[in-house]
Amino acid sequence: MGLNLLSICRRGLHTSPARLQVIQGVAPTKRICIVGAGPAGFYAAQLLLKQLSDCVVDVVEKLPVPFGLVRFGVAPDHPEVKNVINTFTKTAEHPRLRYFGNVSLGTDVSLKELRERYHAVLLTYGADQDRELELENEQQGNVISARKFVAWYNGLPGAENLNPDLNGRDVTIVGQGNVAVDVARMLLSPLDALRVTDTTEYALEALSRSQVERVHLVGRRGPLQAAFTIKELREMLKLPNVDTRWRTDDFSGVDSLVEKLQRPRKRLTELMLKSLKEQGRASGAAGSKQFLPIFLRAPKAINLGEMEFSVTKLQEDYAVATDNTERLPSDLILRSIGYKSSCVDSDINFDTRRGRVHNTEGRVLKDTEKIDPGLYVAGWLGTGPTGVILTTMSGAFAVAKSICDDIAANVLDTSCAKPGYDAADKRVVTWDGWKRIDQFESEAGKAKGKPREKIVSIQEMLKVAGV
Amino acid sequence: MLVINTCRNASRLALRSLNLRSPIAQRTFSAGLALKQKDVVNVTFVRANGDRLKASGKVGDSLLDVVVNNSVDLDGFGACEGTLTCSTCHLIFKTSDYEKLPDKPGDEELDMLDLAYELTDTSRLGCQIILSKDMDGLEVHVPSTINDARAA
Repeated sequence: MGLNLLSICRRGLHTSPARLQVIQGVAPTKRICIVGAGPAGFYAAQLLLKQLSDCVVDVVEKLPVPFGLVRFGVAPDHPEVKNVINTFTKTAEHPRLRYFGNVSLGTDVSLKELRERYHAVLLTYGADQDRELELENEQQGNVISARKFVAWYNGLPGAENLNPDLNGRDVTIVGQGNVAVDVARMLLSPLDALRVTDTTEYALEALSRSQVERVHLVGRRGPLQAAFTIKELREMLKLPNVDTRWRTDDFSGVDSLVEKLQRPRKRLTELMLKSLKEQGRASGAAGSKQFLPIFLRAPKAINLGEMEFSVTKLQEDYAVATDNTERLPSDLILRSIGYKSSCVDSDINFDTRRGRVHNTEGRVLKDTEKIDPGLYVAGWLGTGPTGVILTTMSGAFAVAKSICDDIAANVLDTSCAKPGYDAADKRVVTWDGWKRIDQFESEAGKAKGKPREKIVSIQEMLKVAGV
Repeated sequence: MLVINTCRNASRLALRSLNLRSPIAQRTFSAGLALKQKDVVNVTFVRANGDRLKASGKVGDSLLDVVVNNSVDLDGFGACEGTLTCSTCHLIFKTSDYEKLPDKPGDEELDMLDLAYELTDTSRLGCQIILSKDMDGLEVHVPSTINDARAA
């Protein structure tokens, strides 16, 4: 370290460990802060800790509890997907990682403060808003977002009072992604299958009184553009006491195109066609529920007890509305047309239109083109809400690698010691605090034959964590 | 798992040092080793950048087990721990090796492979491939996107 640097570094440094490092001429510990303890944050942390032997990674999380959408998004009947928690836990227990739960960017700490206290800040706080249909009556009580419905059955603090009205026979889900299919499956699954999952107790109670018999899953485009993945569809087709009914007209001409498709699209289309051919053969047992995928319909209006759609036709892969319309009985409407992120701190260069942070390959932009050194983004906050865990993992690894590259290339100045987050006098949940919550939840679940009974109230989480 | 690995490594080291010290012990232990070696299957994981990572497992282990038990340096490999709910243990086989595999991929495995990057006709999930003795010397290609993050 050069003398010039030394003298610059000394200025304003009064904390002794940092000063000691400078005086001894040892390169200071590289401090990196990750905002958001979901999959993107943990995968980035894993790579950073491995690649940079002299770094400390601090993860700050808005909620007292970690894991983001693995805890609050992944469907309760997909416990295997949650196995990634084991890897995340290993990362969290790394001696050079510190977890600060219950710290909210924008309210408890500002981005400016974090950037002063760390060499690099990586934003991975995800997407907690949803896109709207922008139709009249959308704000009425029987129209709710699938995101909120998922948060409700998964016990996200604040979602417990959603009270979805399940007294009607028909539910219409607008959108056909995997979130839409998850919601359909939760509404149609036999309750006994859900009782052994970590679905919140209040949701199980509400679902036990559900009168829902038919779930429409409506998409603007055709079967060849279906957004759900094949695993999720196969699961629906195997659901006991649920009859899947396709519309033959939706598939006109599809048969002849199948051979030309790429393997994933081809296998998905073949499964739909197979199911279409078999439908009605084993006529549904009395009392069975119906899953009704509907293609080529665009949302047009929301009326009392029904929803109106424009019939669409495809032009180059785009759905174009025609003058024809169709009304679907809809006692409850679930909007599932995508998530978007929110801007939690005014210093974030946020793309309001697309609902994500302006960035190029994870490096946050200052304006339209220039990179803001030291600030990064990964996961849905940077890419938009698409992809499976593999997508998020690869993306987070790539951004973490960019951080390492920037440090190696001195794009990031790491010559001065940084103090890191000052958690003193704050109600911060440490990893040990989370372990207490985890143990409490697991024990509460055991009594009911569930993997865990989630605590939903933040106050109770803090109490159990001993904060 | 970590504890087991450490124990295994420790016993291997102990064996080696014993062999050096005493000819009797050597005889005894080399017989044991010979028996044991019959069950050992050596596998090479070839990364997109050409790096060759050698590891070995026992007959009956899956390729995912081999990666985990040997701490093979493949970040993010086996995220769902072999439950067929992700495709992070995607491996690409040589055609001749692929054709020799005793079981063809089932629907559930193909469903997951369909979400993988760099899908090929000889792609499999490592968690579904169980080692047999005739696989000794197997070479599998690791798709770049898992471990060469720049390609993501």
